[in-house]
Amino acid sequence: MAQTTATPNRGYGRWTPLWFLAPAVLTLFLIGIYPTIFALVTSFRQYNITRPRDGFPFIGFENYINVLSDSTFWSSLLLTARFYVTVLPIQIVLGVAIALLLHKPGMGFLKSLARVTLVVPLATTYAVVGLIGRLIFNRDFGVANQFLNWIGFPGFDWLGSQSGAFAAIAIMDIWQWTPFCALLFLAGLSMVPGEIEEAARLETSSKLALLRYVQLPYLLPGLTAVMILRSADVLKLFDMVFVMTRGGPGSATDLVSVYIQRVGFRVFDLGTASAQAILLLILTIVISRLYIRLIYREVN
Amino acid sequence: MRPSSSILHALGLCAVIIFSMFPFYWMVTASFKTQTDILASPPLWFFMPTLDNYRAIFADSKVIGAVGNSLIVASCTTALAVLLGAPAAYALARFEFRGKGDLWFWFISNRMISPIVLALPVYILAMQARLLDTHLVLILIYLTFNLPIVVWICTDQFKSIPSDLEQAARLDGADQFTIFRKIYLPLGAPGIAVSAIFSFIFSWNELLYALVLTRKNVQTAPVVATSFMSGYELPWGKIMATGTVIVLPVTIFALIVSRHMVRGLTMGATK
Repeated sequence: MAQTTATPNRGYGRWTPLWFLAPAVLTLFLIGIYPTIFALVTSFRQYNITRPRDGFPFIGFENYINVLSDSTFWSSLLLTARFYVTVLPIQIVLGVAIALLLHKPGMGFLKSLARVTLVVPLATTYAVVGLIGRLIFNRDFGVANQFLNWIGFPGFDWLGSQSGAFAAIAIMDIWQWTPFCALLFLAGLSMVPGEIEEAARLETSSKLALLRYVQLPYLLPGLTAVMILRSADVLKLFDMVFVMTRGGPGSATDLVSVYIQRVGFRVFDLGTASAQAILLLILTIVISRLYIRLIYREVN
Repeated sequence: MRPSSSILHALGLCAVIIFSMFPFYWMVTASFKTQTDILASPPLWFFMPTLDNYRAIFADSKVIGAVGNSLIVASCTTALAVLLGAPAAYALARFEFRGKGDLWFWFISNRMISPIVLALPVYILAMQARLLDTHLVLILIYLTFNLPIVVWICTDQFKSIPSDLEQAARLDGADQFTIFRKIYLPLGAPGIAVSAIFSFIFSWNELLYALVLTRKNVQTAPVVATSFMSGYELPWGKIMATGTVIVLPVTIFALIVSRHMVRGLTMGATK
């Protein structure tokens, strides 16, 4: 087939891709990039909309200096990290256990049912998860305390105490996102070639050896995905915590998105909040580059 | 297999089912309880069910209006996402051009950004444009997470359509838009439907943008459900009934796309 460099025989004009892409790219630019640039500009201004008489003067890096020297901002980031290292190991361990249960041969109906029910937490509106949490962890009539009583512990004021509130939002997050880990790991397990798994089962009766030497390599990509995606999710986490605790009591559940929302929309200090949001954005970009680097390596 | 092992297996699976369903079950049963039954301590597991909470919320124009707003916003943003995203996905699946990889990554990484980053500037911009408390501002801002999901799932779907079909059509003299309309849209319909359902679910469930960008007129269902959470004695039955009404439709949608759930949430880290 004759091809020239000027008009490669690919069957479409040079500008054809543009017509298909332009609407989506322009829209996403208008609603994503333009506001981000606006936030960047705002972050260099004094911008408190409750005091419009002051105007919105440019103040250089003052907002950033304030944010970086603000211990509350740092402690909200630290708390977010603590939340991440609290929930993630539990979600991974439970996720692997559930995936193994679902991967094991037999129990056809029960297994399909379990698989289907795993979708329910994932689909539940995050705000409604918070509402359910308020009911379950209520001090006086919550079922969490009833469970504690059954196993011989006294009930306590979950949402009214610092460690209780942190535990309560962690438990709701574990409930909602363990199924995600389980389904991701299950997808990994089903990639193990049948013959290899059969052969290994004949070789050894040790479940642990099977997991370590045969199944683990297939779980690793899912593990990377879970670790990175969950870190982005935790930085985003707002709805459920806002409904359950509003960041309190004190600052016990003041995760970074909840904190920035309060600075922006309760205090209406949009300059400072924008600076915080830009810092959060930089952190997210690093995480998403990492995700793309590690997960989509094979694409390019 | 030894019988004890299959009993353990069955027990484990039952534990998984109870784990996944308990909070949902607790919400639904609470929505059928009277206020007295909900406030009972220790909590009641058996009670006389009542429909009063549902009667109350269906008589409450605020709840009905909010569900209506959620429907309008989620449907419009989903339609727009498909309208804009499907052609872009086709270009990414079938054309070669410079910067393709970067463009694709840019679409995908939009999904990871915390809504609070955009909520602040969009709030100011919408205030200046007098768009606060309108359906339009929510419909547009929801595209920031819906467009990526549609582009991702449809690119994947379009890539799986044999390109022979395209070549054949081209030989018959069909132009690119005809090929897209007559071959890719019908054959890619399953993927488009899955991506539409995902974008509906995400939009329906969203709270932060809806909370800061709406006031009285366009409050969505999650915002109204959240707003019940103030005051001295909370109307628990009504709250849980509203929660059930919000969660039920998206749960059904999610069950329809359950096979694609993981791929949708990871943007295809697994095949």
